[in-house]
Amino acid sequence: MCLAIPGQVVELCEQPMLAKVDVGGVRRNVNVGLLEEPVVPGDWILIHVGFALGKIGEEAARDQLRMLQAMGEDELAMDEVRGYTFADEALSS
Amino acid sequence: MKYVDEYRDPALIANVAREIARAVDPGRHYRIMEVCGGHTHSIYRHGLLDVLPPNVELVHGPGCPVCVLPTGRVDDGLSIAEREGTILTCFGDVLRVPGTRGTPLEYKARGADIRMVYSPLDALRLAQEHPEKQVCFFAIGFETTAPSTALTILRARALGVTNFSVFSNHVTIVPAMRAILDSPGMLLDGFVGPGHVATISGCRPYEFVAREYGKPLVVAGFEPLDILQAILMLVRQLGAGEARVENEYARFVSWEGNRAAQAALETVFAPRPTFEWRGLGFIPESALELRPEFAMWDAERRFAVPGVRVTDPSAAQCGEVLTGALKPAQCRLFGKVCNPEQPVGALMVSSEGACAAHYRYAERAAEADPGRALESEPVRA
Repeated sequence: MCLAIPGQVVELCEQPMLAKVDVGGVRRNVNVGLLEEPVVPGDWILIHVGFALGKIGEEAARDQLRMLQAMGEDELAMDEVRGYTFADEALSS
Repeated sequence: MKYVDEYRDPALIANVAREIARAVDPGRHYRIMEVCGGHTHSIYRHGLLDVLPPNVELVHGPGCPVCVLPTGRVDDGLSIAEREGTILTCFGDVLRVPGTRGTPLEYKARGADIRMVYSPLDALRLAQEHPEKQVCFFAIGFETTAPSTALTILRARALGVTNFSVFSNHVTIVPAMRAILDSPGMLLDGFVGPGHVATISGCRPYEFVAREYGKPLVVAGFEPLDILQAILMLVRQLGAGEARVENEYARFVSWEGNRAAQAALETVFAPRPTFEWRGLGFIPESALELRPEFAMWDAERRFAVPGVRVTDPSAAQCGEVLTGALKPAQCRLFGKVCNPEQPVGALMVSSEGACAAHYRYAERAAEADPGRALESEPVRA
């Protein structure tokens, strides 16, 4: 339920509050509207139900990814990221 | 990659376990509650109960949103799905939670339009794509998840999407901890504080545990070493007669938390006067409802939900397990009648629930090693 998935910002989208994020090779747009400070490409963030919850360090990001593996939740996490449909190209124009 | 290597090193785990063994007073029994279901899952998955000294007992707390969702609320949500022209959306976890007349999955099989989403924003998009339908999001979760729902509602307002609504079952952890601390015969010595909730709320809201109740609390991450480190910090505080809030998870959690997310929560939600938790009963101001200015997106105001209260099967002892009075396997329904395939009680539903975690990992361990029977667990006096 409370999966927190680490991802790296690839680019900012034209649409407000959206950023394209890479999670283990899968790229999806996530909402960055809950962050206190703006993100830039290269930043690592913690993603939960389609939203960035906070910026984290690269080490913490890798740490978190491995924690998901250790918990047997990495596939679940990838399914979740693949499953975000809210910012598909069709609607983001 | 300092952390990665360290956490992978079993010698380091053994080291912290040894330090805990050194720090405990052999004449004392320690009862420590891990509040968060994610911690419960990690503790069982990694067999941490086996590396702790026998006089350090872990009590599994209420921090599993699916587990504390009362049957009546599931029924209420499903009543929305039964309305003509309505799509009910929810996270995957909710699909398996039994209502009085079946789970959302079973309703779906009987023809109700119920769809799983990974984000509340997916539900909002569905509403945009189906302007002729009402799309309702069955929202659950603690402070980690509630800000996402809040921002989705703000998006719906900004976009003028009026066929979208939220059935809010968001709950907050602090009132539940207070209810546990106030319960008669409370025997807990300290708390492993929730990690992901604290990324939003920060450590500050937990200060009352130390200040008002004189109990230590350590906010912790989910790695085995995080959890053991937090237990060591708690045992040391208890040994020194201290009660403070400490942050073991500083790589993700700050003292003040995420203020932007807190502001979104505050804008959209207000505390309900009271809310029922499965196993714990009614707890004042422990859940969130939409503020009146967002009534248009509030499923409870929009559709008259029955609001029926459904009593849990009296044989299920979820409440006693949740407060630590019983171990999961000591419940009279555990295993035979209540199991992850056919959950009767709330704690068996989600992998973060204490009973499901115990069933999945402890039973398996017992099968692999018959010498370590479940019955040999320390029984609480």
